[in-house]
Amino acid sequence: MWEYSEKVREHFFHPRNSGPLEKANGVGDVGSIQCGDALRLMLRINPDTDVIEEAKFQTFGCGSAIASSSALTEIVKGMPLDEALAVSNQDIADYLDGLPPEKMHCSVMGREALQAAIANYRGETWRDEHEEGALVCKCFAVDAVLIEDVIKANNLHTVEEVTFYTKAGGGCASCHESIEEILANVKAGRPGPGEASPPMKPIDPRPAAAPRLTLVQRIHKIEEVLEEVRPALIRDRGDVELVEVQGRNIYVNLKGACTGCMMEAATLGGIQQKMIETLGELVQVLPASYMPATET
Amino acid sequence: MTPIYLDNNATTRVDPAAVEAMLPFFTEHFGNPSSIHAFGANVGTALKEARQKIQALLGAQHDSEIVFTSCGTESDATAILSALRAQPEKNTVITTAVEHPAILNLCDWLEKEGYIVHKLRVDRKGRLDLDEYRALLTPNVAIASVMWANNETGVLFPVEAMAEIAAARGTIFHTDAVQAVGKVPMDLKRTKIDMLSLSGHKLHAPKGIGVLYLRRGCRFRPLLRGGHQERGRRAGTENAPAIVALGKAAELAQAHLDFENTAVRRLRDKLEQAILSQVPHAFSAGDTANRLPNTSNIAFEYVEGEAILLLLNKQGIAASSGSACTSGSLEPSHVMRAMGIPYTAAHGTIRFSLSRDTTEEEIDRVIAAVPPIIARLRELSPYWNKDGPVENPAQAFAPAYA
Repeated sequence: MWEYSEKVREHFFHPRNSGPLEKANGVGDVGSIQCGDALRLMLRINPDTDVIEEAKFQTFGCGSAIASSSALTEIVKGMPLDEALAVSNQDIADYLDGLPPEKMHCSVMGREALQAAIANYRGETWRDEHEEGALVCKCFAVDAVLIEDVIKANNLHTVEEVTFYTKAGGGCASCHESIEEILANVKAGRPGPGEASPPMKPIDPRPAAAPRLTLVQRIHKIEEVLEEVRPALIRDRGDVELVEVQGRNIYVNLKGACTGCMMEAATLGGIQQKMIETLGELVQVLPASYMPATET
Repeated sequence: MTPIYLDNNATTRVDPAAVEAMLPFFTEHFGNPSSIHAFGANVGTALKEARQKIQALLGAQHDSEIVFTSCGTESDATAILSALRAQPEKNTVITTAVEHPAILNLCDWLEKEGYIVHKLRVDRKGRLDLDEYRALLTPNVAIASVMWANNETGVLFPVEAMAEIAAARGTIFHTDAVQAVGKVPMDLKRTKIDMLSLSGHKLHAPKGIGVLYLRRGCRFRPLLRGGHQERGRRAGTENAPAIVALGKAAELAQAHLDFENTAVRRLRDKLEQAILSQVPHAFSAGDTANRLPNTSNIAFEYVEGEAILLLLNKQGIAASSGSACTSGSLEPSHVMRAMGIPYTAAHGTIRFSLSRDTTEEEIDRVIAAVPPIIARLRELSPYWNKDGPVENPAQAFAPAYA
C-alpha cells in the first residue's frame, strides 16, 4: 500500500468542499475516466473583486487524487485570482505534507483544473495555450508544452520522473524517445546541478584548456560570487560556504535553512550560472557531499 | 473490530497445523538431509513423507516427479527455460495474454532474446479460443504454458484438453497452477500435462517454497546446477521446515477440497449476489460459470479501485484491485484490458478471494460495508448524478485538457 501522509489520509477520508457548486462561474474539467483520474473544479468568483469566494470539486480517482482535489479547494478559497494562478502543483503536494512520487500527477491535475477553471471564468479557452504543443503521449494525451513546463518547474531529469509527474510515457511507452528529447533540450538550456547527478558526464569531452586564472585568483572570484548571493540566502535564513575547488568542480556547503531545502538544487543551479559568467569557464557547483572521498 | 481477510489469492494464512509440523525442523531436526548421520536421516524421512503428500494432492504417478523449488516464479522459469534449452531447434513459446507476471515478464524478456512468443487472446468473459491455440501450435513451439486458473478472475482454462492437443503435436505443456492447486481436483497421471507449478503460500503453507511437477520422461534441463538435491534437477540445500509444512498443507488441502467447492463457494456466491443486487452499475468480471470457487471479481463503474480499497481497509476489510493506482503502473490490470472491460469499469475492479477460514459473519459484514462505500465515492465522482451515471459521461464531463 502507498505510504500516504496523515494529511493525505485525512483529506481522503474527510474530503473538504466535495460535491457540485451552485452558481459556479468558473468550472475546470481535467483528466478522463480512461486514464483513471478526472477532476472537476467549480469556483464562485466575485466579479467585482476577482476573489475566489467558494470552491468545490468532484473527482473520480484514487486516494491521492481525492485528497489533492480537497487540498486545492482549501488553498484557493478566499484567494484573489492572480494569486491563485500562481499556485503550483508543488504547493498542493506541500499542503498535503508530500505525495508519493508515483502520485505527483494528482497534484499536477489539481493545478491544471485551477488554470482551466480560471480560464473558463474569464471566458478564455484554456486549451488554446496548449494547442501549440505537439501531442507527445497519446495514451494520456499529454503534450510537449506541458511536459516541458513540468520538467522546468520540478527540475526533472529522467523519463520515469516525467511519468510520475505528468503520466506521459506511462502507457504504451512508445513516446519515451520524445520525452528524452524534451529532457535533453530543457537540460541544454538550463544550467542545473543535473550534470552533477550520477552518471557524471564531462561537460566538455576535450581536455580542459589551461585556465587563464591562477588557483588563488579563481578562488577570489568564486568567493566574490558567493558574497554576491549570500544576502539573498541569509534573507531566507540560510548561508553558503566554499569547501573545495577541484578543477572545474566547486564544492560548497549550504547552511542553515538551505540544508535539505527542496530548492537546494535550484539554488546551486543559480550559483553555478553566476560562476560560469564570472569565471568565463564551464564549472559545476556541487554540494560538498559529492566530493570524492580522499584516500587516507 | 477483527480484520477480515479476503485477499487469499495474494497469499494465505499459514495453517497452524503446518506451523506446528515445521517448527521441530528448525531446532530439533535441523540436520542436512544429505548427511549420513542420524541428524540428517530424520529429515530425509520427513521430506519423503512431504513429497508423497504433494504427490497425492496432484495425483502424480511417482513421488520423484515432485521437485521442490523456492517459489511459483522459480517453478515457472525453470519449466519454460528448460523446454527451450532442451530443444534448441525450437524457438517459439505459446502462452496467454492473461498469465501472471511470473510468465509474462519472462516471455517479454525471451522476445528480446530473439525467441517468438505467441500470447493467446481471451474474450470478454476471459475465455480462450482453442482454434487459435491449435493454429499456433507449429513444430517450432518448444512449450505451451497456460495457467490453470486466473489469479484475478478465477477463470479456469481447459488445460487438460490443451495438454492433449499439445501432446499430439509433440509439444511440451506446462501449467501455472498456483491458484488452482487445492481448489480444483487434480489427477495429473491421467492427463498429458508435462509440468505444473505450485506455490506453497497460496495454500496455507509458508512463503518461500514451491513445487515443479515434472512428468517422468519429460526432457529437462535444470535452472540451478550444483549439488545432487532433488535428483540433480534443482540444486541447493532443501528448505526442510517449509517442505514439511507444505506436506502438511497439501494433506489439509486435499481434506478440504470438497469444503472449498461447497461451503466456500456458497459464501463467495452469497457475497457476490448480495453486492450486485444492492449496487447498481456493477458486474462480476470473467466467466462466472467456470471459475475457482473462492474468487469473485466485481467491477464497480464510475469509481476508482484504490479509493474503494482504502475505505474498505478503514473498516478492517482486505481485498485487492486491478486498478492502475494500486499497482504503481498507470494502466489498469492487463487481465481486464485483455478481456476488453471498458475503462469506465476497469479502474474500479475489486477482487474478493476467500479461503476455508472465511466465516459467514465476515461475509455479512462485507456485504453491509460495500454498498455505502461505493455510494460515497460515486457522490464524489463527476460522472455520477444522484442515482445513476450522468447521461453520456463522455460528453457531460468535457475536459478542457485531458
